[in-house]
Amino acid sequence: MYVYDDFDQKIVDQRVAQFRDQTRRYLAGELTEDEFRPLRLQNGLYIQRHAPMLRVAVPYGELNSRQVRMLAEIARKYDRGYGHFTTRQNIQYNWPALENVPQILADLATVQMHAIQTSGNCIRNTTSDQFAGVAHDEIVDPRPWCEIIRQWSTFHPEFAHLPRKFKIAVNGAAEDRAAILVHDIGITVQKNDAGEIGFAVYVGGGLGRTPVIGALIKPWLPKHDLLSYLDAVLRVYNRYGRRDNKYKARIKILVKAMTPEAFGAKVEQEWQHTRGGPMTLTDAEINRVAKFFVDPAYETLPGDDAAFLAAKASNPAFARWVQRNVFGHKKPGYAAVTLSLKKTGVPPGDATDAQMDAVADLADQYSLGEVRVSHEQNLIMPYVKQSDLFALWEKAKAIGFATPNVGLLTDIVCCPGGDFCSLANAKSIPIAEGIQRQFDDLDYLFDLGELDINISGCMNSCGHHHVGHIGILGVDKSGSEWYQISLGGRQGAGASLGKVIGPSFAQDDVPGVIDQIIKVFVEAREGDEHFIDVVDRLGIDPFKQRVYAGKTRAEAAQ
Amino acid sequence: MSQIIKDRAIVDDQTVQLRLNEDGSFADVPAAGVVVVPLKQWQAQRDALIARGNVGVWLASDEEAEDIAADLAEFALIALDFPAFTDGRSYSNARLLRDRYQYKGELRAIGDVFKDVILYMKRCGFNAFAVRADKDINEAFKGLDDFTEYYQGATDQPLPLFRRRSAAH
Repeated sequence: MYVYDDFDQKIVDQRVAQFRDQTRRYLAGELTEDEFRPLRLQNGLYIQRHAPMLRVAVPYGELNSRQVRMLAEIARKYDRGYGHFTTRQNIQYNWPALENVPQILADLATVQMHAIQTSGNCIRNTTSDQFAGVAHDEIVDPRPWCEIIRQWSTFHPEFAHLPRKFKIAVNGAAEDRAAILVHDIGITVQKNDAGEIGFAVYVGGGLGRTPVIGALIKPWLPKHDLLSYLDAVLRVYNRYGRRDNKYKARIKILVKAMTPEAFGAKVEQEWQHTRGGPMTLTDAEINRVAKFFVDPAYETLPGDDAAFLAAKASNPAFARWVQRNVFGHKKPGYAAVTLSLKKTGVPPGDATDAQMDAVADLADQYSLGEVRVSHEQNLIMPYVKQSDLFALWEKAKAIGFATPNVGLLTDIVCCPGGDFCSLANAKSIPIAEGIQRQFDDLDYLFDLGELDINISGCMNSCGHHHVGHIGILGVDKSGSEWYQISLGGRQGAGASLGKVIGPSFAQDDVPGVIDQIIKVFVEAREGDEHFIDVVDRLGIDPFKQRVYAGKTRAEAAQ
Repeated sequence: MSQIIKDRAIVDDQTVQLRLNEDGSFADVPAAGVVVVPLKQWQAQRDALIARGNVGVWLASDEEAEDIAADLAEFALIALDFPAFTDGRSYSNARLLRDRYQYKGELRAIGDVFKDVILYMKRCGFNAFAVRADKDINEAFKGLDDFTEYYQGATDQPLPLFRRRSAAH
């Protein structure tokens, strides 16, 4: 993974000093609340229901064990002993004291971490495929490009105060695990027939109040031109994005208003002025960054490990875990393992300090000291030998991170919701738990197969409910919490947005409603058909009829 | 007389900035001194203002650098307004004036200008800063050195770190 040199370290250290000074001036009354808010947000600091919330950047989801131990230490020392991994591959702390935040940032800086631009109307942490560099279906490793984008976007002076937040995602595999079509800019790293690297650039995707699938504006961008082109996109957005209404300020609204063709043409026109200029990437820089992401010293292993295969054959629980939580690796004899942070009864994505310390130990022992965060809020061990899988499974079980549910109904993606977030209309964690309890039979879960449930506590859509096969959105109805359900969303290359099935439901009814939806699926399913394919085939009407059967519209809306 | 930061020094501000009157009409141009007029006034009274000389223009954040690109040689200074520091449009206007239209004269940030944004402004090509009257200009001055190293190229340092890094190693 990327390692800071003196330049990188200096920039992060200077940020710590700057934020220390800003916090001091705020507490001394020299900065008003209105002035401090945008400044602290650009350092990931929100003021929440109970306390400030600090969001720490995990650039493209990559962590080493030393960093994980620091995250545990921060949870212990400054918070209440836990952290929450987010859908943007970051980690949030819900209980730090404002006065301690400068010191937390200083501690993070000692392990080459920061909270720069994790919130606010600026370019946010670039996200990517949690299996980057190890995926069996990878075409180009996206991580060097993510790092190049990270550096370009860090304190970019022209784009420090955009109309609204700006999120970039990069994918380099056949399957899109980075959800690039629902980002402000989505980038596919690709190779042409000559073996040259270039990018396909999508703009204007996003969830939130107005969900939109991104539009392709540049099918082939030569690799050296990446940053000058991004500058051009951002400049057009900075100048012409709406600033009069925050709900219409995202780039998707501008792209829609101009049409993607006209927006792309405007970018092209802008780009002609800077193309080939100093921001043109050099081979030296591309190589310098790429060197941090070369393959580790893999052992040469035979295809499959015999003891592993034997354990799988003799231990059904282990086999089940392997089936769900082990991902195909590009190297024979290796595996990428997902530690599930979706145990029933625990808020999705939460990890305690002890769990994080244990994960760091596991990473050192079994995964060359590296851990990843996925946007599904799980943790990944990218370099595990098959021969170590059984031992890793046992240890992961001991810390509660071996629930064999990756990709299944109970692997729910969920924002912190009304329990923590001051933006939320409704709670989301208890909804996830209610559903997990409803579906507690593992055999049944496995039979149901892959199914994404995404829960957001409000229209900001941090739980990405629009792209859940089943999406659940918390809504506020005259002061009480209700839940709107949509079906048919999906992420990835064929990303689509779910359709709302009808009036919303009370919290207690949600697990039962999900159960009815699942029953319709089970009855109509042909063979091992996936839930989403059945929804595509049937449309939402049969689900609607079952769920609202016997209810008048008015009753349902009560 | 109020003070501004200009070319890394705190100096007296010799200029008078005009705004449109409340009814949208133009304010009277004083007989002497450097006057900074709104874009609309510049466009309406261009010939008279050129004849007078000592004139600068200021652009609101929703006005465009392109509108004055042909007139740059006429200005004693150009000021770009930040109605709120969170309105970042004047950053792009500044860069266009400097990088694309090669404006070499005084480029002044006006409006919501204080310590925590002044370095971004400098990086985008501003060399003068009319710090908000209720903020300490000496404190704001220090903001110019909050960072001494930058990743991306910008107006003040067109070479991105990756083109300088290799030289340092």
